[in-house]
Amino acid sequence: MSKTTKTEKKNSSKAPSQEAWELRLYVAGQTSKSVTAFANLKKICEEYIPGKYNIEVVDLLINPTLAKGDQILAVPTLVRKLPVPIRKILGDLSDTERVLVGLDLRQRDEQTV
Amino acid sequence: MMKIKNTKAKKLQPLEKISSGISGLDEITGGGLPKGRPTLVCGNAGCGKTLMAMEFLVRGAVEHNEPGVFMSFEENEEELTRNVASLGFDLNALSAKKKIVLDHVRIERSEIEETGEYDLEGLFIRLNHAIDSIGAKRVVLDTIEGLFAALPNHAILRSELRRLFRWLKDKGVSAIITAERGDGLLTRHGLEEYVADCVILLDHRVNEQLSTRRLRVVKYRGSVHGTNEYPFLISKDGFSVLPVTSMGLDHPASSERISSGVERLDTMLGGKGFFRGSSILVSGTAGTGKSSIAAAFVDAAARRGERSLYFAFEESQNQILRNMKSISLDLEPWVRKGLLQFHASRPSLCGLEMHLLTIYDAVRKFKPRVVVMDPVTNLISVGTEIEVRSMLTRLIDFFKTEQVTALFPSLTTGDNTSQSEVAIASLMDVWVLLRNIESGGERNRGLYILKARGMEHSNQIREVLLSNNGIGLVDVYAGPSTVLTGSARIEQEGREKAEIDRRKAQMDRRQREIERERGVTEAQVAVLKAGLEAKIEALNQEITDETLLEQVNAKSRFNIAANRQADVEPKLKNNGTNRIH
Repeated sequence: MSKTTKTEKKNSSKAPSQEAWELRLYVAGQTSKSVTAFANLKKICEEYIPGKYNIEVVDLLINPTLAKGDQILAVPTLVRKLPVPIRKILGDLSDTERVLVGLDLRQRDEQTV
Repeated sequence: MMKIKNTKAKKLQPLEKISSGISGLDEITGGGLPKGRPTLVCGNAGCGKTLMAMEFLVRGAVEHNEPGVFMSFEENEEELTRNVASLGFDLNALSAKKKIVLDHVRIERSEIEETGEYDLEGLFIRLNHAIDSIGAKRVVLDTIEGLFAALPNHAILRSELRRLFRWLKDKGVSAIITAERGDGLLTRHGLEEYVADCVILLDHRVNEQLSTRRLRVVKYRGSVHGTNEYPFLISKDGFSVLPVTSMGLDHPASSERISSGVERLDTMLGGKGFFRGSSILVSGTAGTGKSSIAAAFVDAAARRGERSLYFAFEESQNQILRNMKSISLDLEPWVRKGLLQFHASRPSLCGLEMHLLTIYDAVRKFKPRVVVMDPVTNLISVGTEIEVRSMLTRLIDFFKTEQVTALFPSLTTGDNTSQSEVAIASLMDVWVLLRNIESGGERNRGLYILKARGMEHSNQIREVLLSNNGIGLVDVYAGPSTVLTGSARIEQEGREKAEIDRRKAQMDRRQREIERERGVTEAQVAVLKAGLEAKIEALNQEITDETLLEQVNAKSRFNIAANRQADVEPKLKNNGTNRIH
């Protein structure tokens, strides 16, 4: 990733929600883990919260100071900034079930459906 | 004990070390912690790991111009800053000067979900950034085991930690990693497997309600190190490991002599008193005058213009001053002049090490020539005999190095010298024993010198007299079975005096008698002489008479012959005189 941050915005007109999802993915260089994580994240978001999310990718190799703000130790780490409370999900997000639990999407899904 | 000398003659470069900045630790490790390598400091909660690490960092930044990074997994920056402020470390100022970076890594287990593969590159980046931002040479990770609680995947964690320590080494920073003590293991998660260059174990034990902290260098790869457990302290000046100074016996020996303050005691010690820098044990049961002798010693030092330090473990300063006035030792002027300082505290106030450090501190600051520890035996109530002995050894070594003459009053129970006293006594140069001598319904104080290294000393027992004239030593009367002291001695003195008087009177009388006899004899001689003279006189008279008669006779014979006209002329003179005489 050559850019510092990479923002993916989806139009939220399709399913307007009271909550906007602000997600931040911390990576360290373009490793296979970070690429996998980003792909997995995108897939999950598209499937469960389409149009309501905003993903920011932070490369710590370029912006090492940002690691302190969100208390990042492991990479890749996905931080759910909004909705509160803050959640952190470590790893390449290959375990979809656990990502959903981590993002509180599993329960929400069951309730809404 | 070992003093490690880096063998510079070796062709291979020996392990480089950096000063830990912690007093005493460099002595034990022979120069400090391994340079550019991680050191593991482990111990139970509250034994001073964080503080030790922090002091390592701060001393490095302040004294050796080696900036440092403190990465904390437990306390945040503000807490850390406040915690060490009590030790005089101003972390805010150091941070502002870019000498120290504090980085708090906070991980909330509840916020975290693991979803597959990850590594701790984030931590590496963070640490790397912190190190590079100030050019850090020292790093502390406190307590990295916090990660084990936060991250459920220990397999990843372990491999990442291994990589981290490797990375720290490659980075060339000297690091301290702290870890909690585990059951049967040095650390709870076996970190010693990864950080194997130097392992230091801290321990905090409570013995008879008094806590002592101890430090042990478990392992130091590529270096010789002291293997014992060393007591250490956390005081207002930071972390210090004892022994602080001398671990060898190479202190100077002065041949200067100083007065004990008691004239007769000096006389008993070859007439000159103690050697400067010697250690003197004054032992005795309660009330035998130990403190008085100590006070006299201090007084004598002050008179010489020397400073002295009086550690009182039993009485307060005012009490000592008041009590010593009763034997005309007014110490108050010396206190006012700053020649005498008191440190009065109960021994149970703190552990032995704390006492030791207080004493070190006080001696370093006040620089006395004379120190009194009254009574040293009270310290035994604080530790075991072995601990006290080792503490005293260090203390005596310290005093000797500083050329301080130390007097240790020691309280004994019972008449026999107790076991502990014997243990202490071997450390001492002079042992003055005071004891109660009970006889004739009263108690008196006796004083001996049991030993005095390197000087001739009296083997006699003396009686100590404490009066308002001060301390006096007088000879005792040694009888066939016992010695006489006190009233018995005075009685004996009286008896002897009477005897002398009686003898003197007898002499005088005899002299007078002789004088008289001489008179009589002389008179008799005179009489006899007179008689003799009278006889001689009478005899001479007779002779004269005879001569006269002879002359008369001769004359008459001449006359007759002439008358008869004899043919031979008679001689007149010589005939008679020849015969008479």
